[in-house]
Amino acid sequence: MSKKTLTQLCQTAGCAAKIGQGVLNEVVRNLPRYENPQLLLGFDTSDDACVYDLKDGRYLIETVDFFPPMVDDPYVFGQIAAANALSDIYAMGGKPFLAMNLLCFPTCLELERVKAILQGGHDKAVEAKTVIAGGHTIDDFTPKYGLSVSGFATPDSLLTNAGAKEGDVLVLTKPLGTGILTTALKAEMLEEKDYQALINSMTKLNNIDLSGIEVHACTDVTGFSLTGHSREMADGAGVTIEIFAERVPLFDSALHFARMGMIPAGAYRNRDFLKDKVVCDEMPLELTDVLFDPQTSGGLLIALPEKEAAKINAPVIGQVLPRTQNSIHIRKTA
Amino acid sequence: MIEINACGLSCPEPVVMLAKALKEKPTEVIIHVDAPAACENCTRFATNSGYTVEKSTQENKTVLICRKKH
Repeated sequence: MSKKTLTQLCQTAGCAAKIGQGVLNEVVRNLPRYENPQLLLGFDTSDDACVYDLKDGRYLIETVDFFPPMVDDPYVFGQIAAANALSDIYAMGGKPFLAMNLLCFPTCLELERVKAILQGGHDKAVEAKTVIAGGHTIDDFTPKYGLSVSGFATPDSLLTNAGAKEGDVLVLTKPLGTGILTTALKAEMLEEKDYQALINSMTKLNNIDLSGIEVHACTDVTGFSLTGHSREMADGAGVTIEIFAERVPLFDSALHFARMGMIPAGAYRNRDFLKDKVVCDEMPLELTDVLFDPQTSGGLLIALPEKEAAKINAPVIGQVLPRTQNSIHIRKTA
Repeated sequence: MIEINACGLSCPEPVVMLAKALKEKPTEVIIHVDAPAACENCTRFATNSGYTVEKSTQENKTVLICRKKH
């Protein structure tokens, strides 16, 4: 049996393991499309999930998400992976109802740890009122876990990442810095209170009640970073988004660890991919590092009218402006 | 002078090695890296620990010379 911890079995962790946006666009660009008029959202708009019109007043939302562990506790990892996968349904304005496990692990890993991963996923799915109905398991050197999830939305509840309107403000529902903090964790530099804050956030469901609130666009912030997902939102709506760096909620130690160089490779990939789309005012480097940090089970980024923002318990971190030559303008303050 | 070879290692290992080497406040540390993230991270760490960083890159490998500021 392996004495290695879960994270020692991995090169990359959580959503930082995502293939970069540039590579991904290249591999799917020339795929042939099988058209179906009931498919409302697919590859084309870089959204969080696909949406299929069932023609009975319901939209079926499908998503899949899995990754290698970023924490050594297998139960906590299972919860994080499930919360992260379920998040794509919430980000589309839907409610999850059915899921299946995707699991990879090396046969040298004790079965107790594998069971704990699945238990964590199961418990998080139950919290989301979602049934896990089966799954598929592969023998693989690097452990990985996640879910495919199905959810329902209605034409009224459906949210995309493309509906932002000029004059909207942006709110963010979880602090940034999970990539930086998990890197510090891997370096055994993270203190217990910071670890607790990190796992509390990553295991938290994004099941925020948006009923009765006028929301124009929504996405969850994951591997492409706040700036990357804001870029998709800006380009999807033909607008420019301003991010107020000092208003963005952060984990307490995120800036400290950014200064220490505890930054995952994915953050540099994000920064490089976005360099022609983003203009950034002068500010300390660590403040921009967190804005490119790949997030695991990050919060919802919501575009909505300013008067509606007060109804959500989350800080305003930016605004939507008429399109300029850049998708994103990072300002130090509002 | 301390010399570290962090080629082939992924983050955070190179920066952890550098952090250990800088603990005793040596006047000069040289670290070899071959990943862009390791180069950036070691530069951030050294700069924020009171060192200047001089970089030279050949093919895929970068040598960082970290010198203590006076």
